[in-house]
Amino acid sequence: MCLAIPGKIIEINNDEHSAIIDFDGIQQKVIVALVPGAKVGKYAIVHAGYAIELMNEKEAREAIDQWDEMSEELGLDLNDVI
Amino acid sequence: MDIPGSEILKSKKFTEKLIKNIKANLDAIAKKVKLMHVCGTHEHTISKYGLRSLLPEGIEIVSGPGCPVCVCPAADIDKAIELGKRKDTVITTFGDMIRVPASNISLSELKAEGSDIRIVYGPNDAVKIAKQNPNKEVIFFAIGFETTVPLIGYELKTNPPSNFSVICAHKLIPAALELLISIDRLNIDGFISPGHVATIIGLKPFELFSKSYRVPNVVAGFEPNDVLLGILMLLKQIKSKKYETINEYSRVVKSEGNEVAQNVISEVFKSTVSPWRGIGRILDGGLAIKEKYAEFDADKKFDIEINDAQDIPPGCSCHLVMTGKIYPNECKLFRKTCTPINPIGPCMVSQEGTCSIYYKYHSD
Repeated sequence: MCLAIPGKIIEINNDEHSAIIDFDGIQQKVIVALVPGAKVGKYAIVHAGYAIELMNEKEAREAIDQWDEMSEELGLDLNDVI
Repeated sequence: MDIPGSEILKSKKFTEKLIKNIKANLDAIAKKVKLMHVCGTHEHTISKYGLRSLLPEGIEIVSGPGCPVCVCPAADIDKAIELGKRKDTVITTFGDMIRVPASNISLSELKAEGSDIRIVYGPNDAVKIAKQNPNKEVIFFAIGFETTVPLIGYELKTNPPSNFSVICAHKLIPAALELLISIDRLNIDGFISPGHVATIIGLKPFELFSKSYRVPNVVAGFEPNDVLLGILMLLKQIKSKKYETINEYSRVVKSEGNEVAQNVISEVFKSTVSPWRGIGRILDGGLAIKEKYAEFDADKKFDIEINDAQDIPPGCSCHLVMTGKIYPNECKLFRKTCTPINPIGPCMVSQEGTCSIYYKYHSD
């Protein structure tokens, strides 16, 4: 039920608080009223037809980089896992 | 869709490193560890990718009451059924909800008898049906945790038509976790907390458990490596005896959560004592619609009283599965009389129900 999936915003309709979001080639109209910073090019996390959070490429990469910062503490080396 | 950084999320080498480190940390702890998740999507990831079989024997991952369809009381479904029997009503709800057995029949059985029961993708579709059918009362049977609540709140705030109303059966996760901690002999050593609930409410409500109850908490994402990293983060805390709430899913979850969504929730709803199917009444365990929006509250709009609802059918062990006391295969009905085709208890119905997921991905 709390399933939410990421998609990329490709069009915004400010009047309707909606956006067209691309999910791996399937495009769907989504309500973006709960995420005021919605912009074309950003990623949205979508639950039951509503965007509940946004992320951009930089933020997503920084979040993964945080794992790298934690890696020493966690006893991991992320440099050779990809 | 592949998000930035997904190469690490999907890296098999990373999985191997995580497992190795989990084993090393468990060896250092030198006792068995029991971790609980409270999200059907986490159970899906754990079962689908066989994570339990990858983990060392000393780690037990149990499912908590993480499926809103499963914890919705039979009395609320009975209410939707009674309203659905009336002429000129349309009951709308999420797909999983219509097959859940209530005291006598399910909404899908009522639909087969000719009532107008419709599955919608989101509450906006229910509002659309109300606008298209001004001579009918369109009732949205609203279930879900904090992830789903702001969606319904948004629709109530934006002037739905007067023939639209909501059966409010929303539940709140932190209150349920607090109850679980206090259950004797459950002995949970750490929580894998639901990433999309935290997306809305942020980290603060989860900090109660690490600070006051000294139970470590990791808010985790839904890729297999997210869950394994979350487990490793919990083990590190158990080993060091320093208990915190850590955000593993920081690519989505902000520590303050989604404040716009939180404002929508507090504008439209108030917390209340709420019955959870198979668990009982939980203080602040659910939400009710505030007086300001009472015209859209189906409880107030329609005079319906439900007595003697049956939450757990005879022989069913959903209440034990939902509190992590047993695994589905320990229920005597599982895979025998209770199957996804013929579900007896609520956990076998929903795609996020623990029994349904077990049935799909386990052979025992």
